[in-house]
Amino acid sequence: MESTRTNKSINKRIDNLIQSISQINMGRQLNIMEVCGTHTMAISRNGLRELLPPYINLISGPGCPVCVTSINDIDYLLEIIRNYDVSIFTFGDMMKVPGTSSSLYKEKSNGKDINICYSPIDAIEFARNNPQKKVIFVAIGFETTIPLTSVIVKRAYKQSINNFYIYNAHKLIPPALQALLEDREIRIDGFLCPGHVSTIIGSKPYKFIPDKYRIPCAISGFEPLDILSSIEMIVRQLKEGNPKVEVQYTRVVREEGNPTAIKEIEDVFEVTDSVWRGIGNIPNSGLKLRPQYSRFDAKKVFKVKNVNSKEHKTCECGNILKGLKKPTQCKLFSKVCTPESPVGPCMVSSEGTCAAYYKYERFKIR
Amino acid sequence: MCLAIPAKIRKITENVAEVESLGVTRKVDISLVPDAKVGDYVIVHAGFAIQIVDKEDAFVTQGYWEEYLEDLSNGVNQDK
Ligand code: SF4
Repeated sequence: MESTRTNKSINKRIDNLIQSISQINMGRQLNIMEVCGTHTMAISRNGLRELLPPYINLISGPGCPVCVTSINDIDYLLEIIRNYDVSIFTFGDMMKVPGTSSSLYKEKSNGKDINICYSPIDAIEFARNNPQKKVIFVAIGFETTIPLTSVIVKRAYKQSINNFYIYNAHKLIPPALQALLEDREIRIDGFLCPGHVSTIIGSKPYKFIPDKYRIPCAISGFEPLDILSSIEMIVRQLKEGNPKVEVQYTRVVREEGNPTAIKEIEDVFEVTDSVWRGIGNIPNSGLKLRPQYSRFDAKKVFKVKNVNSKEHKTCECGNILKGLKKPTQCKLFSKVCTPESPVGPCMVSSEGTCAAYYKYERFKIR
Repeated sequence: MCLAIPAKIRKITENVAEVESLGVTRKVDISLVPDAKVGDYVIVHAGFAIQIVDKEDAFVTQGYWEEYLEDLSNGVNQDK
């Protein structure tokens, strides 16, 4: 059978990669950070941690968009919902993220108009068809999602859809990586760079990582073979003392990224600072709407009183998003905090590190 | 939120393409890939095509996924 044959050849290629990774032992633990939540899931789901030699320590980074959305943003959004008659459109993962005292999910059960959407297109279409409603799209995510929001905002502008707004919490990946590298607490030996963020921005924005910090990067695809090939690239770069940005996911990622998408982002947004949940303020890691488009900014239109946000004291999400701790080192993990009743965002999101460990690795030791 | 399975473009009407991936047909916005043509494979993210995939590689990935989904339906993998 065709499929069995492919299966065998994939297994063989996996074996070969593991072998070639194992041949490069630097005599110390190598901390390789996967920046993207989809990589975190793929690693856990496919049991890649067990396949690798014990000195390779895969740690998760700040690449789950829901997890890094600041609690202040969640609380602010919840205040808007309580105080104004609005229709909210959000990606499903946001629903259960705990704010200080509530969540979108709870507000929906209280009868608020909150809708899960697959695409921002759903939100703008709803706004167009229901001109009497005020529609807010919760714009979270990194460079992969930002151009989508840009297209939609421009469309609302051109077509004068005046009942459409975005709650903007978009964030940029390279400044976050820089912040992690400046934080001396964490030793990172290599980055598995996110495949679809890089589809948009290309490979150049990571160049400062090998140039300034001498740390290898591999832009990786999402299948087990892609991830193992990328890990092999990183250890080889380490061995050869030649750090650079290598693209493993060549079938999609070009050096220059997607110039049309980059232009869309630049047309609509300008760079600003942004607060990351668990990490804090990171300079130049966020975006705000350019003045021309600021009337779509939900925060400007729907004003609320100051929100007082409080993080759960025991939740270790901050340290997990920085790669300092693993979910199993959190006291609440799988005892108090589960996907059914999550305490922190890392357990909520389908791309969160705690959720990945809970689903696939909770009974394993490493 | 990212779907790594490439989808094949069947039809284009202005900025909307009808794409097919593993037998499922849906509509995606192609504003971000202005060079996309019928027959191209694209990566789709939240209703938008975000890049055209190198064709030869797209087949590799699709073959891989078909097999993965087969495993899934046989209960080998459990996800999403
Ligand atoms: S297990 Fe729960 S409480 Fe602990 S760090 Fe993860 S999300 Fe936070």
